Amino acid sequence: MRTTTTAPAVQVSQLTRTFRVRSGVLGRREVTAVDDLTLTIEAGESVGYIGANGAGKSTTIKMLAGILVPTSGTVRTCGLEPVAQRKALARRMGVVFGQRSQLWWDLPLAESYRILAAVHGLSAAREQERTAELVERLELGAFLATPVRQLSLGQRMRGEVAAALLHSPALLVLDEPTIGLDVLSKQRLREFLLAERAAHGTTLLLTTHDMGDVSRLCERVLLVDHGRLAYDGSLAGLSREVGARRVLVVDLAAPTPDLVEVPHAEHLGSEGGGLRQRLAFDDAATTAAAVLAAVSERVQVRDLSVEEPDVEDVVRRVYQSRGR
Amino acid sequence: MADVAAAWRPYRAVLASRVRSQASYRGGFVLDLASSLLVGLVELAEVWVLYRAISDPGGIGGLDLAAAVLVFGLADLSFSIADMLVGHVDTLPRYLRSGTLDVFYLRPQPLLAQLVTSEISVRRITRIAVGAVALGIGLVINDIAWTPLHVLFLALVVLTSTATFAGVFVAAAGVQFFLVDASEMTNAIVYGGRYAASQPASVWSKPLVALFGFAVPIAFTAYLPTVALLGLRGSAWLPGWVGWLAPLAAVWTWAVALLAWRTGIRHYQGGGG
Amino acid sequence: MRHDGQPASGTVELTVTWLRVHGRLFASGWRRGATYRAAALGGLVANATFGLLKASILTAAVRAAGGELGGYDQAAILAYAWLTQALLGSVNLFGRSDLADRMKDGSIAIDLLRPVDVQTASTAQEVGRALFSLLPRGVPLVVLGALFGGLRLPTDPAQLALGVISVVLAVVLSSLLVYLVAASGFWTVETRGLQVFYMIVSGFLAGLFVPVTLFPDWLLTLAWSTPFPPLLQVPVDVLSGRVTGTAALALVGLQVGWLAVIYAIGALMTRAGRRRLEVQGG
Repeated sequence: MRTTTTAPAVQVSQLTRTFRVRSGVLGRREVTAVDDLTLTIEAGESVGYIGANGAGKSTTIKMLAGILVPTSGTVRTCGLEPVAQRKALARRMGVVFGQRSQLWWDLPLAESYRILAAVHGLSAAREQERTAELVERLELGAFLATPVRQLSLGQRMRGEVAAALLHSPALLVLDEPTIGLDVLSKQRLREFLLAERAAHGTTLLLTTHDMGDVSRLCERVLLVDHGRLAYDGSLAGLSREVGARRVLVVDLAAPTPDLVEVPHAEHLGSEGGGLRQRLAFDDAATTAAAVLAAVSERVQVRDLSVEEPDVEDVVRRVYQSRGR
Repeated sequence: MADVAAAWRPYRAVLASRVRSQASYRGGFVLDLASSLLVGLVELAEVWVLYRAISDPGGIGGLDLAAAVLVFGLADLSFSIADMLVGHVDTLPRYLRSGTLDVFYLRPQPLLAQLVTSEISVRRITRIAVGAVALGIGLVINDIAWTPLHVLFLALVVLTSTATFAGVFVAAAGVQFFLVDASEMTNAIVYGGRYAASQPASVWSKPLVALFGFAVPIAFTAYLPTVALLGLRGSAWLPGWVGWLAPLAAVWTWAVALLAWRTGIRHYQGGGG
Repeated sequence: MRHDGQPASGTVELTVTWLRVHGRLFASGWRRGATYRAAALGGLVANATFGLLKASILTAAVRAAGGELGGYDQAAILAYAWLTQALLGSVNLFGRSDLADRMKDGSIAIDLLRPVDVQTASTAQEVGRALFSLLPRGVPLVVLGALFGGLRLPTDPAQLALGVISVVLAVVLSSLLVYLVAASGFWTVETRGLQVFYMIVSGFLAGLFVPVTLFPDWLLTLAWSTPFPPLLQVPVDVLSGRVTGTAALALVGLQVGWLAVIYAIGALMTRAGRRRLEVQGG
């Protein structure tokens, strides 16, 4: 499909974006949403773009798509200048905005794909082939004839992802794709994205609040805070730096003394005289299954859940660990 | 030809689905058809009531009832067609709030073309019918010295007046990038313009001549072409022969409209939207 | 008037309670009106544009008719052109109301549980909002009309006072009429058709576009047999001083009469609608 010698999917240099916002009755003040950002994402990479609310993630994506003009610095998306070459870029890039829909609200889902195929000028054969592929792999068949407004959030989000991928873009940007989804829907969507990438080499860039998305989908993590790049590297590296730990919560059959000797896990606390215990573990060092197995050797487990680390928590600890 | 068909395919796909969608809500659709018919008839009735009450053969501002019906027909037909095709663009703040405009950026067509073809108000068809019938009656009951030039001119005027009103809608949309909260402000021009179009511009005060005679050339959509067709005198500021220049108003309006749109889009991309 | 759930402890106390509750509702409507500042400014610009256009065509019509048309001379028709626009932000000729939305989404069931009559409560709020609009839209238009449009109001304080009373009556009457449109929601889910019909017919018959006195006889008779001329034609004629003395008093009396009739119809509809909801279980 695509050769490995293509231009980087994203090339951003000293990118800055400020907004003037109203403050008080007459005053205006400048807010810097993206601050001197420099980074490159090679074609075929899978990158998680994380940060707290208002960290500048959506602003960056809007600049990548040509919706916003940078205040200063340069942007190249798929080798193109987003504002000047927007139409050419639209053929190579797909975007899923978590909060806005590209589907037609009052029409059956299938109709949206017919329209989008026309919009992107797909041939009849290509349209049929690609739609069939996406319908099958995203399991859309059951509700293709349902008007979009009647779909559940999980169904709609899968529909949105298919809409963004219909024209086989080289770069897929997902803005908060799993927000509000239940565990099963999240899992399905992540599996699909992995498969899509394996099959077509699609570059993935996703903004998220959910460290689960990052740990399942992304080889590389970009952490932004107040518009600045605070970390660029592997998730394992981020974990090493701040300990992006997940927490296993176990409900036990009988009150048990604190489980302090489980390998690679740290006991965080107990409730109900030891009936419920919380154990933190590092994804880089072990797995949830290994920790659970170690717990089960010692006591009888009745119920369990795994808490994902919170992005805000990770950001906070990056600064703590760097002494800021 | 194949190129043209390919270029039209995206727009055709959207519009066809919009038409199907509207027609499928049968009850609401019939109601919309009936109400826009009634609105058209009531507005025609207003013209009739006013001009009927005048016994002076000179009529109002140089128009008698027959001429007024012709002006109304031209104005209403061209406005209603424009309203059906592009009327939705002056609800731009709704597109901005729902993020639809951001989605347009992800598609390989011009933004304005996507916005214009994103919707079509089929329900206005009854209103168009009222305008067309009024125009037909106006052409019959008036004494027009028909020549091929007159026929050509009339056909051209319907097209260019429609284009003028469409341009006014687009210009209003461009302004609404800046005035998200005050779309009623642009309504003053858009719907005030529609009302002004069915009036004899000869009665306007100076500010109105400046506004609807030149800045937003509404007088050129119906009144001045009628004056030209009927060979009337017109007024000091807008003499009869100016009517023949009516099609130029569309060019001017679209120049302003595209400038307003570009400025608005720049503002939006600049992050002020 | 209903006072469900209120202990019956004497007419005076009930009246005092009623006034306090409705005073608060009125005030809340007034405050809500105050929050739509940008829209009010836009509305003002639109009304002023229409005022200029109407003043031009109608004065030309009066000129063409030889100085007098349907009982209007130049001064009277100018007053008519500007005052109709000035009242447009306050007299509800659109047929829309908050209550219609509450009917549609079912929150009316909550309103019916409150110990306040739905009709008077929602009318008090609508009237509060509508009278507030006189400040950002009505008064500036009168000022604009006086400065640039040649509008002259009567100087006789009695006539002015009667005019103001007539305006308030028109606002209340329009709120009660719009309540009828919304209350039809007790029986049908989709009240938009009636609302649109109200919008088209009320404006025309109220004299929004041309004074009803220009109507041919049959249409004039039809118009005066509806409650619509008292919404616009009457307050404009009384406030502008075109109609004076006993004739003006008679017109205000007509407004009061319609107010009583429309209120009574609304009260009956509310009672029947409440019963219908109780039978169907909401």
